Amino acid sequence: MSDSRFLSLEKLTLSYGKNVAVPEMDLDIGKGELVALLGPSGCGKTTTMRAIAGLLSPSSGTIRLDGTDITRTPANKRPVGLVFQSYALFPHLNVYENVAFGLRLMGVKGKDLEDRVNQGLKTVGLGKFTTRKPAELSGGQQQRVSLARSMVMEPKVLLLDEPLSNLDARLRLEMRTELQRVQKESGVTMIFVTHDQVEALAMADRIIVMKDGLIEQIGTPEDIYNHPVSDFVADFVGFENVFALENGMLKTGSQYIDLHGNVPPGTKGLAWRPGTITLGTGPHQGLVRGTSFAGGTREYLLDTPLGQIKAECDATLPIHSFGSTVAFDLQVEKAAPLARFGGM
Amino acid sequence: MTSRLFSPLVLILVLAFLIGPFAIIIAASLSAGETLAFPPQGLSLRWVFKVFEIESFRQSFGISLFLAIGGTLMALILGVPASYALSRYKVPGAETIRTIVSSPIIVPGIIVGLALLRYFVVPFNTGILFALFIAHTALILPYAVRVVSASLTNLRSDIEEAAVLLGSSRVGAFFRVVLPNIRGGILAAFILGFVTSFNQVPVSLFLSGPGIRTLPIDMLAYMEITYDPSVAALSALLAFMSLGIVFLAERFLGFSRYV
Repeated sequence: MSDSRFLSLEKLTLSYGKNVAVPEMDLDIGKGELVALLGPSGCGKTTTMRAIAGLLSPSSGTIRLDGTDITRTPANKRPVGLVFQSYALFPHLNVYENVAFGLRLMGVKGKDLEDRVNQGLKTVGLGKFTTRKPAELSGGQQQRVSLARSMVMEPKVLLLDEPLSNLDARLRLEMRTELQRVQKESGVTMIFVTHDQVEALAMADRIIVMKDGLIEQIGTPEDIYNHPVSDFVADFVGFENVFALENGMLKTGSQYIDLHGNVPPGTKGLAWRPGTITLGTGPHQGLVRGTSFAGGTREYLLDTPLGQIKAECDATLPIHSFGSTVAFDLQVEKAAPLARFGGM
Repeated sequence: MTSRLFSPLVLILVLAFLIGPFAIIIAASLSAGETLAFPPQGLSLRWVFKVFEIESFRQSFGISLFLAIGGTLMALILGVPASYALSRYKVPGAETIRTIVSSPIIVPGIIVGLALLRYFVVPFNTGILFALFIAHTALILPYAVRVVSASLTNLRSDIEEAAVLLGSSRVGAFFRVVLPNIRGGILAAFILGFVTSFNQVPVSLFLSGPGIRTLPIDMLAYMEITYDPSVAALSALLAFMSLGIVFLAERFLGFSRYV
């Protein structure tokens, strides 16, 4: 076993009854990595996570953790922790007892128990409140308790299901850095599931983008953000103008438009972020259908022969008013070339 | 204007209708006279004390208590797992099961009693006490299932998975995190079952036999022979007992949340 294959899924097939949610997934996760499973709801990310935790038995395939085949290991015997989306704290137990729950089951007692619980609570920044019941805590505090409860078990892999989705915007930022800190300090291998690309990009060392049960792309946040491999990933990370490419020409509906640029061989599509579209000059014309001020920039929605285009430019530039015609350019050099388009 | 006068009047009438009989019974039980009468003839506690001296009341009270406690416990032993299964798993025909379980509430007690007598007690020649025990369990079961189901619905199921991931077995998770959290519901079901069983007349009427009667049936029998205020005194005592139980339950458990 090498460290880069600390957790590996081999041809893992997960299904609910006759519905296959995840077919033959292969995935390796390294020791100490912070990985995001990113995708829209129903893409199989939560299913995958539940299978790693042992809450769902795979129909076929193998899960290996730290060199051991854990495919058939029951959930309560796996060295895997899970922080639930709803935190799943035990309502009848106070904070201390919630964190002590798993340790007590392991037979940890007395001073040792006390030390480990307190250490766990300290790690997540919850020194006080130990006698409070979960209902008396805020969402952020509940999540910290849930995190501490899993961390004190010293799991080899810690899974988090949509860890930030139940928090308000300010707390979300706080917990983002908090989770990263806990992960880096403890060195635990952490996998979190999210549908929010901002969250994944901000926190993860590596992102696994999933779609319809299949892995669409694996890469660092920079890779995913700058070099999406498919129209799906491009759209997911904010390339709002995604076009198919055929024979070196942009294809929209039944039209082909030659952009006179060089694209890498095998490119099936091109994608532009709104900010990379040149407005005011260029060979194409569009009708302004919407404009909105977004602080430093102004966003435009254009009706063009290519379809709808979303463009964005410096807010200090003269405004193209609603209903006016504006010239624009799609420069091939500024586009992200897509190796796959429409699942091809 | 009329409605302003009218609604308090209706309220008073309704309250009088609800509380009136209770007040009359209490008054009658405090009578110093020899027969059951209202208004009471003089005031005394002699009939209240008399109740405790009547041997058959003591005996039937014991039987009623046994049925109420035993029947409710049995109903909970059957009802809690049933509620759990109905709320957590996709049980085929769950709705049908729910309907069948609650049928003793819907079907008149007379019919349940007669049916049990004709097709259970007589053919199988079961003992009277056993038949009463089965009947009371069946009658309490719907309350147990209903009340416990309600508190299970309010409990998220992911806490069981959380317990399992922290090293507990599935069964262990039920006892460690489910049961403590539905304790209130179980206690509420217990009290509701107890009171229902204790006040049960129609079914017990059919199943009571020589020497074995529940308290309400014994009171009926007593009244047919003796028409003294002791029955009123006993009724008042029982009413206070039920009231006391419900009051304590409300006070400590917020009983009304579960019913």
